[in-house]
Amino acid sequence: MYHIISIRDFERSDLDYLLDRAREFDTGGYRPRMLEDKLAALLFFEPSTRTRMSFATAMARLGGRWISVDSVEASSIVKGETLADTIRVLSGYADAIVLRHPKEGAARLASEFATVPVINAGDGAGQHPSQTLLDLYTIRQSMPIDGISVGLLGDLRYGRTAHSLALALSLYGVTLHTIAPGGLEMPANITLELRERGTEVIEHADVEEVIRDLDVLYVTRIQRERFPDSASYYNVASSYRITPDLLTGVKEHMMILHPLPRAGEIDPAVDRTPHARYFEQARNGVPVRMALLHEVMK
Amino acid sequence: MSRKDPSGGLLVSPIRNGTVIDHITAGEALNVLRILGITGSTRECLSIATNVESKRLGKKDIVKIENRELCKEEVDRIALIAPQAKINIIRDYQVVEKKGVKIPKVLKGVVRCPNPGCITNTSEPVESTFEVLEKGLHCLYCDWLIKDDIANYII
Repeated sequence: MYHIISIRDFERSDLDYLLDRAREFDTGGYRPRMLEDKLAALLFFEPSTRTRMSFATAMARLGGRWISVDSVEASSIVKGETLADTIRVLSGYADAIVLRHPKEGAARLASEFATVPVINAGDGAGQHPSQTLLDLYTIRQSMPIDGISVGLLGDLRYGRTAHSLALALSLYGVTLHTIAPGGLEMPANITLELRERGTEVIEHADVEEVIRDLDVLYVTRIQRERFPDSASYYNVASSYRITPDLLTGVKEHMMILHPLPRAGEIDPAVDRTPHARYFEQARNGVPVRMALLHEVMK
Repeated sequence: MSRKDPSGGLLVSPIRNGTVIDHITAGEALNVLRILGITGSTRECLSIATNVESKRLGKKDIVKIENRELCKEEVDRIALIAPQAKINIIRDYQVVEKKGVKIPKVLKGVVRCPNPGCITNTSEPVESTFEVLEKGLHCLYCDWLIKDDIANYII
């Protein structure tokens, strides 16, 4: 059985295969009823708009159907049911389970109790492999991933999308530039792992010193709750804000990505520049998730 | 029961039946007891020697436990903090089995994950699982890496 749990489980060839499949789905190379008679259970124990709706959209586009739980309050978890039991039960209803859960490792646990494939749609501060695939997909739409320079900006400590993406990019020989506020730097064990994988990781205090060297700038949300008070949050957040002025002299093809939602990290005026690719990136969630759903249920 | 002259060597009684754990890393004997669940209220007859001279280790600790033979899981736990330890199983004063400890590739239910957000620290019916790497212990659920103070996390 094919589960999609962590980007660590993938080799370069697996990622390339899934990205190729996503491209086929994106360019209409599929039959609309490929997943007819298939039912996916969307089990979301944490809020999500894009991920949940793009999985639902992907199922609908392939002619499949879905059932969903959208909050802990609406589930048997409030009655004390374990995730393991919920997964066992849902395995009897659906052909695949898409899980978002606040605890790290929840999807791995689910895959051990499920008798149908499990797709991790984000587990706490852990992994979010479908987001990583759509990030890679968006980059590959514009340039080959091999050997490029990627800047990771924002909350690199808690931002799971940045960790997953960095690990995936390490399979493509990229150079990583990290730019994070004090206390929100990339965890040392992840930086160590990246370097062990042969990836050059360069830390910067300021985005301005590196932005002109980048092919991709990946911006993540700086969460207000990580700061002791509003003043220190605004202080840090304003110094990490991407504005049109900051983009003077950057490479013509440099793309700005953001997993969204954004909370002021990117000035809306940047949306009108050719560098802004985050809405296209969000749209790419559909073909990528079509490829994943089809792959596990075909 | 025989005793050696204190000036001539160790003052530790042989045991009739049980386990002798020798060549424990100096200073780790009490952690070994903790791992084995041996507390102050234990009824087992124990001998503990710490910081005794050792040709191989310089200094070492020794623990002798009467009437208890260690199982594999217990030996695995000891290996984490005392990789040089030797386990001797004693029956009727004779060493019937002598084995070194070996850290297994995967530790199940041996070490608690330090990450409070890890799914193994909930009421889910799952045991913590770590793979043993050169750089530390890697949680196979949340990817946490334990590099130091492993003894603090042993269940």
